[in-house]
Amino acid sequence: MMETIGLYNYWVVIVLMMTGFYIVVARDNLIKKVIGLSIFQTSVFLLFISVGKVEGGTAPIIADGFEVYSNPLPGVLILTAIVVGVATTAVALGLVVRINEEYGTIEETEIHRQDVEA
Amino acid sequence: MIDNHLPILQILLPLVAAPLCLLLRHRVVVTALAIAVTWVTFAVSVALMATVLQQGPISYELGGWPPPWGIEYRVDILSAFVLVLVSGIGAVVATWSPASISVELPRYERHYLFYCAYLLCLTGLLGITITGDMFNVFVFLEISALSSYVLISMGQDRRALTAAYSYLIMGTLGATFILIGIGLLYIMTGTLNMADLALRLQDVADTRTVIVAFAFLIVGVSLKMALFPLHLWLPNAYAYAPSAVTAFLAATATKVAVYLLLRFFFTVFGYDFSFDRMQLWIVLMPLALIGILTASLVAVFQNNIKRMLAYSSVAQIGYMVLGISFASVSGLTGGVVHLFNHGLMKCTLFLAMGCIVYRCGSVHIDEMRGLGRRMPWTMAAFVAGGLSLIGVPMTVGFISKWFLVKAALEQGLWPVAGVILFSSLLAVVYIWRVIEVAYFEEPLAVDGQGPVREAPLSMLIPMWVLVAAIFYFGVTTELTAGIAQQAAASLLGVVP
Repeated sequence: MMETIGLYNYWVVIVLMMTGFYIVVARDNLIKKVIGLSIFQTSVFLLFISVGKVEGGTAPIIADGFEVYSNPLPGVLILTAIVVGVATTAVALGLVVRINEEYGTIEETEIHRQDVEA
Repeated sequence: MIDNHLPILQILLPLVAAPLCLLLRHRVVVTALAIAVTWVTFAVSVALMATVLQQGPISYELGGWPPPWGIEYRVDILSAFVLVLVSGIGAVVATWSPASISVELPRYERHYLFYCAYLLCLTGLLGITITGDMFNVFVFLEISALSSYVLISMGQDRRALTAAYSYLIMGTLGATFILIGIGLLYIMTGTLNMADLALRLQDVADTRTVIVAFAFLIVGVSLKMALFPLHLWLPNAYAYAPSAVTAFLAATATKVAVYLLLRFFFTVFGYDFSFDRMQLWIVLMPLALIGILTASLVAVFQNNIKRMLAYSSVAQIGYMVLGISFASVSGLTGGVVHLFNHGLMKCTLFLAMGCIVYRCGSVHIDEMRGLGRRMPWTMAAFVAGGLSLIGVPMTVGFISKWFLVKAALEQGLWPVAGVILFSSLLAVVYIWRVIEVAYFEEPLAVDGQGPVREAPLSMLIPMWVLVAAIFYFGVTTELTAGIAQQAAASLLGVVP
């Protein structure tokens, strides 16, 4: 029982990951897909950051009175991954704007219908 | 002095040139800069290859931090081989592109943006190949992916936008899957350096976390390399992207993903874990075979020739994965050499398509009637690429199929060899359709304008350089097949 609660972070990661993934697969609206993608990526950020935390550890700065430090590396990696995520979202939204200009809609089925007719 | 820093120059040159394009803006200057930089990058990768052949693998410590703490760039024979392919194709396509771009990107008058994205994409692909650090792989993967979404969306047809969008969704999912896999491996070992990871994984190989990481990496890499049935993003992306982009990506992007497959499952996890304990071939071989057959079959029925070649690319990825799934020296040699050879021939074919778009504005099969007489040099290049795709002797395609069939027979898998030969027949069918229309039908009557003319020399010369390479490497195999054989042996850890 305690173990299950102790893994609280990881349960949140799994729920978020599946939520995001489901939105990407199931939604028709292109913006909603981008939102789902962002949630999916965020869950992975959370996974990395949870890994870096050492119980009772402080920020990794050498100082008197502290002996246990958290692992700084996952946090640094995720800083990079967040930047990548922001860039992906920006490109995706830019594409959606252009799609809306060309097709006049951002619903996937409607776009598909227009392509078949054309 | 400069010799020691070749590995970082390989990445730095295109990376620095990309923002320079934004600053310079002047069309002629930017084009000249892009062409010059890509050729110097190619020269660097050839120099790296020569060094590796003489002295063995190179390890470069980024910022002077020794691995496993710092990021390590590691060039062994396999990565040098892929670097030569990627930078070589990058240089040829950049040289070919100016005329094509001016016709195909009328809406985007700012061509410097195209070259900026192009150089960034090249940086990303070279980076994936050269780095020895798992997280660095992810970063370069996203650099190349983001810039290729932008490049694809520049296509004339509005479907290029939706194609780029669905590639973005699938590509980001794939990259995130790879990131999850890397994260899980980091949890178990506390290291990101590939060589270090390979050592430390031995102790924890039986844990569920490592097996889950293995699964995530397979799915992520398969998405990126468009292995059947995860190939759905590829046909539209290649069909509607500008011709220069299609030629570049078709010859490099999926090949680099195949390289990642080799790196992850042979270097990091090792043959024993991937193929003995996890039986990876049970997943790869059937998917590769189904992919080869269905994609070749679908290609036969395409009327948009760029789309037809895109489906053929999916089938060719199947060949590479098939070779890898044998996990024997000749199988891996076939996979690796096909990676290189297919890059050459598919680039030639797409460049020929680009020349046709330049003159006719379309690659629909009906528009290609009688082109054999109107554009003899372009169509001859197409025929050369097509023959190689089929696997006719004297072309590079024959070499790769030879090794693949040999590998299949070594393991007594007669049906697999049969599939390889049968799908070559399908390639005959889809290539012949184009040849028949182009050479045996009357040219289209063009209303108002003069008849379609041959493409300009600035496009023909780079294309024919590749045609020459197809025949050169089809006859003298010591270089390509020899290097691929050494690479295969080093992946499997046996003495060649």
